[in-house]
Amino acid sequence: MKRQGIAEALRDAIAEEMERDLRVFCLGEDIGVPGGWGGAFTVTLGLEKRFPDRVINTPIAELGFFGVATGAAMMGLRPIVDVQYGDFLFLASDQIINNAAKLRYMSGGQIRTPMVMRAPVGATGRGSQHAQNMERYFVGVPGLKVVAPSNAYDAKGLLKAAVRDDNPVMIFEHKLLYGSKGARAEPGAIDATSDIPDGDYVVSLDKAAVIRTGSQVSILGWLLTAHLALQAAKQLASEGLDAEAIDVRALAPLDWPTIEASARKSGRVVIVEEGPKTGGVAAEIAASLCERLPGLRVARVASADVPVPFSPPLENAYRPDVARVVAAARSLCVTGRS
Amino acid sequence: MSAPFDNGWRLELLDRMIRIREFEEGVRFLFLEGAMPGTIHQCQGQEATAVGVCVALREDDFITSTFRGHGHAIAKGLSEQELLDELFGASTGCCKGKGGSMHVGNMSKGMVPGIAIVGGGIPLAAGMALAFKMQKSDQVVACFFGDGAVAEGAFHEGVNMAAIWRLPTIFVCENNLYGASTRIDLVMKNSRVADRAAQYGIAGETVDGNDVEAVYAATEVAAARCRAGDGPVLLELLTYRQTGHSRRDPRLYQPEAEKKEWAARDPIEVLSTRLQAEGVADKAEIEEMRARAAKRFAEAVDRARAAPQPSIDDLGTDLFAEEPAP
Repeated sequence: MKRQGIAEALRDAIAEEMERDLRVFCLGEDIGVPGGWGGAFTVTLGLEKRFPDRVINTPIAELGFFGVATGAAMMGLRPIVDVQYGDFLFLASDQIINNAAKLRYMSGGQIRTPMVMRAPVGATGRGSQHAQNMERYFVGVPGLKVVAPSNAYDAKGLLKAAVRDDNPVMIFEHKLLYGSKGARAEPGAIDATSDIPDGDYVVSLDKAAVIRTGSQVSILGWLLTAHLALQAAKQLASEGLDAEAIDVRALAPLDWPTIEASARKSGRVVIVEEGPKTGGVAAEIAASLCERLPGLRVARVASADVPVPFSPPLENAYRPDVARVVAAARSLCVTGRS
Repeated sequence: MSAPFDNGWRLELLDRMIRIREFEEGVRFLFLEGAMPGTIHQCQGQEATAVGVCVALREDDFITSTFRGHGHAIAKGLSEQELLDELFGASTGCCKGKGGSMHVGNMSKGMVPGIAIVGGGIPLAAGMALAFKMQKSDQVVACFFGDGAVAEGAFHEGVNMAAIWRLPTIFVCENNLYGASTRIDLVMKNSRVADRAAQYGIAGETVDGNDVEAVYAATEVAAARCRAGDGPVLLELLTYRQTGHSRRDPRLYQPEAEKKEWAARDPIEVLSTRLQAEGVADKAEIEEMRARAAKRFAEAVDRARAAPQPSIDDLGTDLFAEEPAP
């Protein structure tokens, strides 16, 4: 057992999978450069020393190397490909959506594209183009699995499960959760460290986690907002409201049994999402829940419909916070169960 | 097939080109009479690029193709039947009816289903070649694309990565002078595509794409380079589309004189004339070849018309590699 942050846990997960399976390799920008960074957030730092032939540094060509990863996966390899910032996935989207996600279906099942795609997201003082949450753009892509861990234990287990899965899997990582220490520490980072067991384990790609049980309102989040959901639930408890907090974690496919059971129990759901409210993942969860459970009361706490702003007061206003989550939950409870 | 450049081999090249022509002409008729769903992008006039390249490859080599892939498919060894079934949307098609005309392919025969996003197959082919290199296999990938794809970022990114990693990819530009209706000189200052090879530090060559034997010879050299670890190679094959971009395109943008000039260089006529002049085949034998191809096509059409359509239950299958429990 050791205490690790998300970056270290991911690094160990990648190394262990590369050790276990010779078909696994890393592909991305600024990885495997001696004296370099190990990717933008140090996740692959030093791996090139252990696996000199399987940590492949690319030109700055996101469309190209996501296509390369897809082609290599088709031929039996298992690439782990990353972008430095999730925003750059737009460049790679043709290869991800039109090729990696569709080739199996449009070939009538002839092709497998087992590949893991890693993308850091989240507003962190970098203005509009190194900041946005990209989950919304990929959860509705048939053929793609999407996960979003909030802590180091899940990050390691989900990455390992993703490597072993025969389909393309997108893993979103939040920049404020990588760790509060080290070269890439972010101001305002949240402690997402976990006790990591010594042995091998995986976390299922299609299971949400109930991180606090409660009966009066269910608060759903993922990545950073899973932490907000838990903090809000604890604060509500001190006010006498019994809230359940769920780390949605698996965004595509969503874990409907877990989410629906919680919603059925409480009758009230608050979904917390970093990113514009319009057209987000929370909208999809809300709509599906209302179809499943007519009469359910649902509220979304999300960002304003604007790009991520730079100035700290504006960025803080953009990002959902505990106070807004608590207020939304309280409001649902005050107006009662319909 | 018989040994390259002997008489039997040359006749087989001709036969394969004629099969493609008969297939395309027959399919065009089926579309015009409304017998087939969807749309088509055909390759009449470009048979030599498909056949010359694919015959120079091994069976376990791969090709990537485009929305204009019927010729590539027949050249790589797919049957008229599996293609026609696919075009009819039948569950017996090469992609179970889920691909259609723009996505024909058969991985067991070395053809990735057509990538219909212009340039989209180029990085994919580089990645397939990267896998071959990492697996220490001597397979190669031939990546077909048109002149239009050269303007895409995917071309630059894919070719560049193949170049820096010396990947076994033959980038095959079928330069038919038009991207849809737009002539190449309207979108390229330097319309000699093979010139771009120098910028990537790789070998490049422009070849008469209507001379199937020349295409074969260039591809054979390119494949050998790739297998020796000296890839990739950029081949520019000059050819001409003697049909519309897609089903109802009357080709008003192609000048009449140009059409005539290229009709005189029809790839099937070029080889037929050569084989007759050299006494390898006579007119009657070639006619018989055409009749055989036509008969083969007609029989395949009859079966394809009767082939089973997918069941509604197939809508959700083939999405994930291990279908999740319902």
